[in-house]
Amino acid sequence: MLDYRVLPAGDTALVVEFGDRVDPRLSAVVLSLAQSLEDERIAGIIETIPTFRSLMVLYEPLVLPAALLIEQIDTQIQKLNSHEIISRVWHLPVCYDPRFAIDLQDVAQRTSLSVQQVVERHSACLYHVYMLGFLPGQAYMGEVASELALDRRPIPRTSIPAGSLAIAGRMSCVFPLETPCGWHIIGCCPVPLWDEVAATALLAPADKVRFVPVSIREYESVAARAAEGVLKIEPVSDFFEAVA
Amino acid sequence: MKPTLRIIFPGLFTTIQDAGRYGFQRLGVSLGGALDPVSLRAANLLAGNPACAGAIEALYVGPTFAVEADDARIAFAGADAAIELLASADAVHGERITPMQSVRVRRGQVVRIGSLKNGASLYMAIEGGFDIEPVLGSVSTDCRGKMGGWKGRTLAANDLLPLSRALATERDEYRIEGLDLSPPQRFRTVLGPQNDYFSETAIEGFFASEYTVSAESNRMGLRLDGPPLQHSHGFNIVSDAIATGSIQVPGGGQPIVLLADHQTTGGYPKIATVISADLPAMGRLPIGAKIRFAPTTVDEAARARRAFNATLESLPGKMVRIAPSAAIAAQLVECNLISGVHDAAA
Repeated sequence: MLDYRVLPAGDTALVVEFGDRVDPRLSAVVLSLAQSLEDERIAGIIETIPTFRSLMVLYEPLVLPAALLIEQIDTQIQKLNSHEIISRVWHLPVCYDPRFAIDLQDVAQRTSLSVQQVVERHSACLYHVYMLGFLPGQAYMGEVASELALDRRPIPRTSIPAGSLAIAGRMSCVFPLETPCGWHIIGCCPVPLWDEVAATALLAPADKVRFVPVSIREYESVAARAAEGVLKIEPVSDFFEAVA
Repeated sequence: MKPTLRIIFPGLFTTIQDAGRYGFQRLGVSLGGALDPVSLRAANLLAGNPACAGAIEALYVGPTFAVEADDARIAFAGADAAIELLASADAVHGERITPMQSVRVRRGQVVRIGSLKNGASLYMAIEGGFDIEPVLGSVSTDCRGKMGGWKGRTLAANDLLPLSRALATERDEYRIEGLDLSPPQRFRTVLGPQNDYFSETAIEGFFASEYTVSAESNRMGLRLDGPPLQHSHGFNIVSDAIATGSIQVPGGGQPIVLLADHQTTGGYPKIATVISADLPAMGRLPIGAKIRFAPTTVDEAARARRAFNATLESLPGKMVRIAPSAAIAAQLVECNLISGVHDAAA
């Protein structure tokens, strides 16, 4: 039996919460519920937003009153069963050179590791994409090795360049657009994660990502192809996962 | 030549907004849209447009622009402003009009909106709208996402905003009468989603206190100054999605009401959420406004939404034709042609 609660977020949104922790299994349930509500095409549901451990459902209460929506959600949750999620595995180039990695030295100091060890440990993981949020196409990828996990910097920066790769608590994020940022910048990814023209995100929740360290030269070559619009980036494989 | 509006002075934070960009929050794309959808609708109706067409949203200080179309119909709704229609860019004074009406302007005329009073936001619609490609189904400007509207940014001097029409339709002008844009005594909220992060005392304090809209407010959120709210178990939650109107409380305890441009997800607990019927009034609140909150239920909020929709639907019935003779007389007075003062001074 799935444990969950439904919380109001005003009169046009509610939150279906499956727990209060970051857990790939909870994330899989959230994504399954989002998919099943989409498949049902329930009149009155405007959109859904999956996050780590909850699903927000935006609705029109004058078409679908909250009580009826909650009934529909209960029904869909009862029907959720074990299935296989097929996601994609991406290898994303990242340049960890100090030119981009403005906080790498500082991160090494804070974690009592060498710069090289930080890069090795950060790029050794196969990260899980939990959700997209904050900026268009921005993926929350986790979890970074526990010795690399860091809280916010004391003073946020007013601007970091697009592509900046950060350690954000137990998460790692690539910021697809220039933005203010309070996290630790340890590199830059030249692959655009948000396509402004097509308005599409490269990564999707449940995808897997490995960061591949590249030189400045390789970074610039990929960045140049991206700028010309001729960069083709494909997943390296599919990823099959059984969800209980 | 393509009909345009040429921006001479952009104002403080001037963007194109419509009803917002629904359906893409799961990708991290903010909803956006007019802070005050009621005034957006009123301006569009006066201009003869679909209710939610893209219009110019001005915050605090409006733009000055030149009409580079043979003739156009513009309409204003929202905060009070002393809008001036100048005969040319060199003119010092011109005809003054107030919001909640449409007016016809001609090539070379300059429209100066100036500072807004008694409200944060003013909307200017133009008949036919702006000739701008929607992005993800909306022409709203998303400044954080750098997309939509005019080049994904606020307007700047020398921008040439392309218009869909080169000429205004031949018809009378209108004004809207009897539309109440004053804020409610108390903004109604539904507790949650994270009211369990606050003690009973904090929640009572939230409803008992008066808050002042801080100068750090923007399209993402209204920052409020008031007695700080105590969290009962920390101020960090596992990030979840944010609904427009939710009131998040960061570590310092000062609440922030999240508005149209709020980010899609965030990690602070949200004590309560302003109901949809009261949100447009929230979007009109200027810096320094004093406000209070009241609790309500989801069912009550749905009834309030129905009543709010009825108000929106009553807007066309509030449109009053401005008698053409009166309009012409006003213009003649403005030109000193029938005032007698002109002759006397000559």
